[in-house]
Amino acid sequence: MSAATGYNFGYLDEDTKRMIRRALLKAVAIPGHQVPFGSREMPLPYGWGTGGIQVTASVIGPADRLKVIDQGADDTTNAVSIRRFFARVAGVETTERTAEASIIQTRHRIPETTLREGQILVYQVPMPEPLFRLEPRVAETKRMHALADYGLMHVKLYEDIARHGHVAISYNYPVMVNGRYLMSPSPIPAFDNPKMHRNPALQLFGAGREKRIYAVPPYTEVRSLDFEDHPFEPVRARAGCALCGSRESYLDEVVTDDAGGRIFVCSDTDYCQGRQARQEAAE
Amino acid sequence: MSWALRTEGLGKAFTLHLQGGTHIPVLRGVELTVAPGECVALAGPSGAGKSTLMRCLYGNYGAGEGRILLRHQGAEIDLARADPRQMREVRRETIGYVSQFLRVIPRVPTLEIVAEPMLARGLAREAALARARALLARLNLPAALHGLPPATFSGGEQQRVNLARGFAPRYPVLLLDEPTASLDSDNRAVVIGLIEQAKREGAAIIGIFHDTEVRDRIADRLFAVEPVRAAA
Amino acid sequence: MSASPMEAPLLEAPLLEASDLALRYGAVPALDGVSLAIWPGEVVAIVGESGSGKTTLLRVLSGLLPPDAGSVLYRDPEGRAQRLEAMGEAALRRLHRTDWGFVHQNPRDGLRLGVSAGGNIGERLMATGARHYGSIREAAIAWLRRVEIDPARIDALPRTFSGGMQQRLQIARTLVTHPRLIFMDEPTGGLDVSVQARLLDLIRALVADLGLAVLLVTHDIAAARLLAHRILVMRHGKVVEEGLTDRVLDDPQHAYTQLLVASVLAA
Repeated sequence: MSAATGYNFGYLDEDTKRMIRRALLKAVAIPGHQVPFGSREMPLPYGWGTGGIQVTASVIGPADRLKVIDQGADDTTNAVSIRRFFARVAGVETTERTAEASIIQTRHRIPETTLREGQILVYQVPMPEPLFRLEPRVAETKRMHALADYGLMHVKLYEDIARHGHVAISYNYPVMVNGRYLMSPSPIPAFDNPKMHRNPALQLFGAGREKRIYAVPPYTEVRSLDFEDHPFEPVRARAGCALCGSRESYLDEVVTDDAGGRIFVCSDTDYCQGRQARQEAAE
Repeated sequence: MSWALRTEGLGKAFTLHLQGGTHIPVLRGVELTVAPGECVALAGPSGAGKSTLMRCLYGNYGAGEGRILLRHQGAEIDLARADPRQMREVRRETIGYVSQFLRVIPRVPTLEIVAEPMLARGLAREAALARARALLARLNLPAALHGLPPATFSGGEQQRVNLARGFAPRYPVLLLDEPTASLDSDNRAVVIGLIEQAKREGAAIIGIFHDTEVRDRIADRLFAVEPVRAAA
Repeated sequence: MSASPMEAPLLEAPLLEASDLALRYGAVPALDGVSLAIWPGEVVAIVGESGSGKTTLLRVLSGLLPPDAGSVLYRDPEGRAQRLEAMGEAALRRLHRTDWGFVHQNPRDGLRLGVSAGGNIGERLMATGARHYGSIREAAIAWLRRVEIDPARIDALPRTFSGGMQQRLQIARTLVTHPRLIFMDEPTGGLDVSVQARLLDLIRALVADLGLAVLLVTHDIAAARLLAHRILVMRHGKVVEEGLTDRVLDDPQHAYTQLLVASVLAA
């Protein structure tokens, strides 16, 4: 597919890309630290992935191959639109295969297929500040980050255990990056948190509305907050995928009729289809 | 002669700023020396300054002039110049004061009130409580009252709590302000026994005793406190 | 007699030493040449009328407010002296949740009203690295007992507590990390008289048991008499009189102290 004419490569002008790359370099240098950047107006509304798109636009090159997922799926409106967008403004190849992609932009999931060195995972982030529900003053949250003063986050976990018997955070579960910065992993399921830890791929996070960029460089320690006697436990539905039978992957619940019928299927469509294809080939 | 406490030229006056700066001299040139094991009774008419002298000796009133020398932990210290921390240490270790009234601390049981100064001196809790119990019993305060705060006790009962607290730590110097004022004859006899025992143990005692019978029994000598006349 | 070298620096040195503090609010001197030292295990009351500079002094001594002039020296548990003004914000914050505590007049300023009683007590522990839920909870229960709050209320929100309970919870939350020095700003202000008495007694007992040093700002002379070993009387930003509590109250020298003492209703 060739690039549309009239646009700079990757839609953003080169000065903007340079500004964003500088923010990215700083973010990589200080893992988990939120770096402000001059977020631009993009041809889609805030909340649809403007931050992720700007990050992708700044790191993508003509040789890259792009995959875009939304809740694990390649075929939802948001994923399809963003994939088409880059096909048009950058002329890059796209793919639905995790293993074949050099850049994966994601909303709400980390692919099941293990990532490798050289790959870049770009997260769309609605709210980069992990403390924002606990401390309404932005200046105070900045001070807390500066001083690594995160007792309050543990108070929230303590309150959950006191009330519910366990930490009742199923997504956007806070993590400590490199033993220093408290970070929001974006609204991925807590199930995906362990995949961030010492991941060989570069993980970049873009929040367009909040104008923040942060990053987890390859092989960086990422720990989910917990207590010694209430260790972090990734949760998934106790079922196998109705399509591929996986008991390891993260599952979506699908209601099949009005009589309470429901099935569980892999949220990662590429992973599920790959397993089904291998099962068919084996038969 | 060895002494436990000695004043040199002790003087005290009050300036009442709220009454136009009225100056009231109360003590002047007081020279009092008390030896270990000796009991000195302050004598003089009402208003002569006996209580003021006692309060100066305890540091409750600041000395206006002169020195108040005390043997404290083997050294000599001038209470007229002691800072608050030294004064607290002196009160903890060397000098005890039994006033006429118990300053009640809300909600603290009698036994704890008596044991407290012993605990402050580092006595083990069990030993302190045992001595407190024994002293309260000797002063005829029934065991049933030991666990109660003394706020609701009668005047005589409170006075006995006060005496137990004052005698319990075995201070080398003991100041007694009307220790038998609200006591019946039985308990007066107990207090006389306590004072005699403290003297035998080497305590220097300075007291105000309006009860002449008690005074004659225990005082080795009288020390006259004369009213100071303001210079005309 | 010589003190053992191990103990000497701890016992023989003040926890906090301030010298020649000065601070002006515009033309008004809030602090005017104030010096003081507080020693381990010592309770010092700062009394004076509203606007005399008491609260300002407390804020300066605790590092919350920088003075225009003068300095504050803090001695850490190892006996090392540090100037407060040279200390970074991170170090000061750590100090405020480990070796120091601050009890505010209004529990709303010292508690998180939307966090359970247990969470309030546990916060300082978690902020200093406690990561065992069971031990944090045990500590919270022990402290609730100690401040006479039913441990069954551990998961209740402080906004459902009475004023006196909130204040006791604030004290538990502050003491849980075993600080050596506590700043208290009118801790009994705004409470009923009967509730005040109970709180004062609780503070008195805790201070004695734990050997705490306390810097207490109050306009309640009776509270100062009950709790404090030493009193500083402030007026117009100056310390006009200081000394042993009973001496200052029973034999006041300065005209203002005499007025202050004479104005107290005898109970």
